[in-house]
Amino acid sequence: MKAGSNLEKVFESGKFAVTAEIGPPQSANPEPLTHHAKMMKGSADAFNLTDNQTAVVRLSSIASAVIIMREGIEPVIQMTCRDRNRIALQSDLFGAAALGIKNVLCLTGDHQIFGNEKPAKNVFDFDSIVELQVFDQLRREGRQVGGEVVKDPPRTYLGCAENPFATPYEYRVSRLAKKVAAGADFCQTQAIFDMVMFEKFMDEVRSRGLDKKIHILAGVIPMKSAGAARYMKNKVPGMIVPNEIVDRMKNAKDPKEEGIKLCIEQIEHLKTVKGVHGVHIMAVAWEEIVPKIVEMAGLLPRPTFQ
Amino acid sequence: MIVAKRKPLNEIAEMVAPYKRVSVIGCRSCVAICLAGGEKEVKMLVSALKVKNKKEGRDQEFEALVVERQCEKEWVKEVEDKVLGSDITLSMACSLGAQTIGDMYPSHVTFPGLNTGIFGVPEEQGVWSEKCVGCGNCIIHTTGGICPISRCAKSMLNGPCGGSANRKCEVNLDTDCAWSAIYDRLKIQNRLELIEKVTPAKDWSTSHAGGRRTYVREDAKLTPHQKKGKEAIQ
Repeated sequence: MKAGSNLEKVFESGKFAVTAEIGPPQSANPEPLTHHAKMMKGSADAFNLTDNQTAVVRLSSIASAVIIMREGIEPVIQMTCRDRNRIALQSDLFGAAALGIKNVLCLTGDHQIFGNEKPAKNVFDFDSIVELQVFDQLRREGRQVGGEVVKDPPRTYLGCAENPFATPYEYRVSRLAKKVAAGADFCQTQAIFDMVMFEKFMDEVRSRGLDKKIHILAGVIPMKSAGAARYMKNKVPGMIVPNEIVDRMKNAKDPKEEGIKLCIEQIEHLKTVKGVHGVHIMAVAWEEIVPKIVEMAGLLPRPTFQ
Repeated sequence: MIVAKRKPLNEIAEMVAPYKRVSVIGCRSCVAICLAGGEKEVKMLVSALKVKNKKEGRDQEFEALVVERQCEKEWVKEVEDKVLGSDITLSMACSLGAQTIGDMYPSHVTFPGLNTGIFGVPEEQGVWSEKCVGCGNCIIHTTGGICPISRCAKSMLNGPCGGSANRKCEVNLDTDCAWSAIYDRLKIQNRLELIEKVTPAKDWSTSHAGGRRTYVREDAKLTPHQKKGKEAIQ
């Protein structure tokens, strides 16, 4: 065991993993986090706390993780390179480990142009792959990127994200391979709507033997409306939503129910894709639906370990 | 070359408003080529300021001047009398020119008439794009001749990120994704193995992050004796 996190144990046991996302509030109020933690407890193996996603200022991911840990659930903190140089990244990794946070997802980070502090100066000392490499060296060798020896290095389970739907498509598996080489233990994909394209991606992942080296969590987003489908199709760069899905949401009598049904079908399908070791549910601003989806997808109860 | 843009007329007028005699000094180098601060632009600005003053009843004198390269003291020296004979100098060179005048005549006030932007390349008439940020440690031999530090919005060393769609940058959909371009270039050069490898952490100490940089060519520096001789000639 690298970190001994619950998520790592689920993967190591060979069980199909479930993670879900919790967006921290845009305020200093911990209550929404506590509320979501209580509501989702038991429905996933670990919960992702986003790190100022889309560059919108939110309660910090490390603080959010500590808040949800009080409710007895395991966090995966996201840590982006947008707002931290190598001094802050390594320092925050120490801090997170010292607070008992065992899973860290390494991300380059959304550009500040998408957020609510557009005139900000960004950092990008590293990108996500360099971040992984540096964190992996820290945990394996107890040595900082600058060479300093660390007496008590962090024991962290390292994650990454990959988007099979960004261009150039033919390079995406190579990029995943770089993340594996840099030390990633698990990978969360961008939300999958185009199953054909995802299966093609997974074929190449398997042909390169990457599924044996990294645990892939297939990303899903339950949608509430046809508007959400259209928005993701047209406005989110690097997301592919086939027309059939937009039409299905548009023609649904009860779009919310249709969204849930669709998400469950997607999970059922993803369970059958070789090399997929779990799902990551991103119910953006719809966290309360997660327990229902997990239950209806036949993924309960979640495994427990001594 | 260095690419700059003229500040808006109102901003310039407001900056120089408290001063009676204004020397406006352009530069025949980069900023002339990028149509921001050459002889023509200086004359146009002075005309515009005069028209504006006439309309608003403000009494100011402007003198339009231009030097060969405003970042070099020798050229600025040629207009020294005009600079010191004015109450303020508005530099129409890049910030390097404005600062050269400022450093040469510290008690004289010099303001920038341009916003200095990028190390850029003319792509077509009237269009310049950034292709270098002067990081001090060039890596383009490993990236198909394309600089990811300046051309990727996140200066990624291992791109492209997940926001690259149709080979465009998510930050600006009119801009090509630098890493898609790197991939394509390496592919036609049969050198794709270069982006299969992880590029490790970059040493930014050669960039501005390491503090203000001064480049010295010891062999090109004048000896004390040569310096003395040069001063004697001047």
